[in-house]
Amino acid sequence: MNNALVRNIIRFVALILVQVLVLNNMNLSGYLNPYIYVLFILLLPANINKSLLLILAFITGLTVDYFGNTLGLHTFSCVAIAYLRPETINLFFRNHEFASGEEPGPSSIGYGGFLRYATTLVFIHQLILFFMEAFTFNNFFFTFGKVILSTMLSILIMLIAVMIFGKRKKRF
Amino acid sequence: MRNLFALLWKNQFFVLFILLEVASILLLSRSYSYHGSLAYNTTSDITGTIFTSYSNLTDYLSLTDENQVLADENAMLRNTLNSSYLITDTQYVYRDSMYHYIPVKVVSNSVTRSNNFIMVNKGSRHGIEKEMGVISSMGVAGVVVGVSENFSTIMSMLHNNMRISARIKESGQLVNVIWGTTNYFYGAVIDIPSHIRLHKGDSIVTSSNSFIFPEGIMIGTIEEHQTSKNKNLSTAKVKYSTDFNSIKHLYIIENILRPEQDSLLNQTIIEHE
Repeated sequence: MNNALVRNIIRFVALILVQVLVLNNMNLSGYLNPYIYVLFILLLPANINKSLLLILAFITGLTVDYFGNTLGLHTFSCVAIAYLRPETINLFFRNHEFASGEEPGPSSIGYGGFLRYATTLVFIHQLILFFMEAFTFNNFFFTFGKVILSTMLSILIMLIAVMIFGKRKKRF
Repeated sequence: MRNLFALLWKNQFFVLFILLEVASILLLSRSYSYHGSLAYNTTSDITGTIFTSYSNLTDYLSLTDENQVLADENAMLRNTLNSSYLITDTQYVYRDSMYHYIPVKVVSNSVTRSNNFIMVNKGSRHGIEKEMGVISSMGVAGVVVGVSENFSTIMSMLHNNMRISARIKESGQLVNVIWGTTNYFYGAVIDIPSHIRLHKGDSIVTSSNSFIFPEGIMIGTIEEHQTSKNKNLSTAKVKYSTDFNSIKHLYIIENILRPEQDSLLNQTIIEHE
C-alpha cells in the first residue's frame, strides 16, 4: 500500500518535471506539443475512490497550469477525463477483475487494451484543451488537426515511457 | 433541507466534478482578456527558480548563435558612439533620456500555444514593472504582464490579447498590430486606411502612442496586403522581425517619464469632462 503511494508520488513529480521542462519547450514542426503528464491520471489504481481521483486530477492540472501560465486550462481538461475515467474502464474492461490497487497499465490489461483506453481519454483531453485554448471554432480544422496529431504523439511518448519504466508482468 | 444534503451526498462524485470544473472556468476566464492577464498570473520565484536551473543546464547548446547575435549588436552600438562619427559636434549628441533599457535573459518561452508567454530572469528588484515594453535586438517582443521579486512574465506578440499601436514607416499612418494568425512568424496589421496601398517589404514600426515603446522600433515587414473594396479599413499580413523561437536575450524598456505622461493625460481628461 505504502509502496503504491511512493510510486505514485515519484511518478507525479517525474512526469510534471518532464512535461514543464522538456516537452513544453518542444515544438515539432512548429505546432505539436505532446502531453505526457496525463499518464499520471491514467495509471492511478483502477478502483481508486472516485472523488479522490477528481481531486488528484485537479491538483495535477493546476500544477501544470501554474508552470505554463495557463491557469484553468489543463485543470479543466484533467478534471473532465478524471470524471470519464471510471466509465471508460468499465466500457473496455468489463470482464477484467481489478485487484485492489491494480493499475490499468499494460502489465494488467495488455498493450492493446491500454492503447484503446489511453487513446480515448487522451483524445478527449486534447480536444478540450486545444478548443478551450483557442476559444473559437474559427480555424476548426487547423485546431482539430492539432488535436489528432498531438494525441498520436502523446500516446507514442506514453507508450515508450511505460515500456521503459513499466512493471514487468510475471509469467509462469 | 436534509433531503437535499442527502441527495448531494449520494451524488458526491458528480457534485464534486461540477464544483472543480466551475473553479477551473473561473480561473480560466481571467486569461481571456488583456487586463485579466495583467491582474492575474502565476509569475513566482518557485517556477522561476526551476526554469532558471534548467536553462542553465541547456544554455551552452546555443552559445555559438548567441555570441553571433551579441557581437552583431555590439557592432551596431559601436556605430552609434560619438567616436564613430567624423564630425563630433557637441550639439549633435543625441541623448535618449526618456527611455532606460534593462537587459534580461529568457528562462522560459513558448510559441506553439494560442497564447504565448516569455519568462525572464529579472523582476521588481531590478526595477521592472507591469506594462513595460520588451524588445529583442531584432525588434518588438512583447509587454510585461507579471512581476515577482526576481522574475517577470512577458505577454509575447504571439498572444490573442496582444494589440499594439504602430505606424507604417513610409507614410507615418497609424495602424494596429495583433497576432491574428496561428504561425509564430506572422502577425496581422489591422485598421489600415483604405487609401493606403502596402507592398511586400514595407516596414511597420512602433508609434509612441501607448507610452510603452519608443517611436520607430521595428515590428516587422509586410508580407501581403489584402484590400477589399467595400471596407474602410483593410488588413495586412506582417512578418515579425523578431524570431520568437530563438530569442534568448531581451531588453525591457522603462519609460522614465511615463508617470508624468499618464498624469497629464488624466488631468486633461478630467478638466474637459
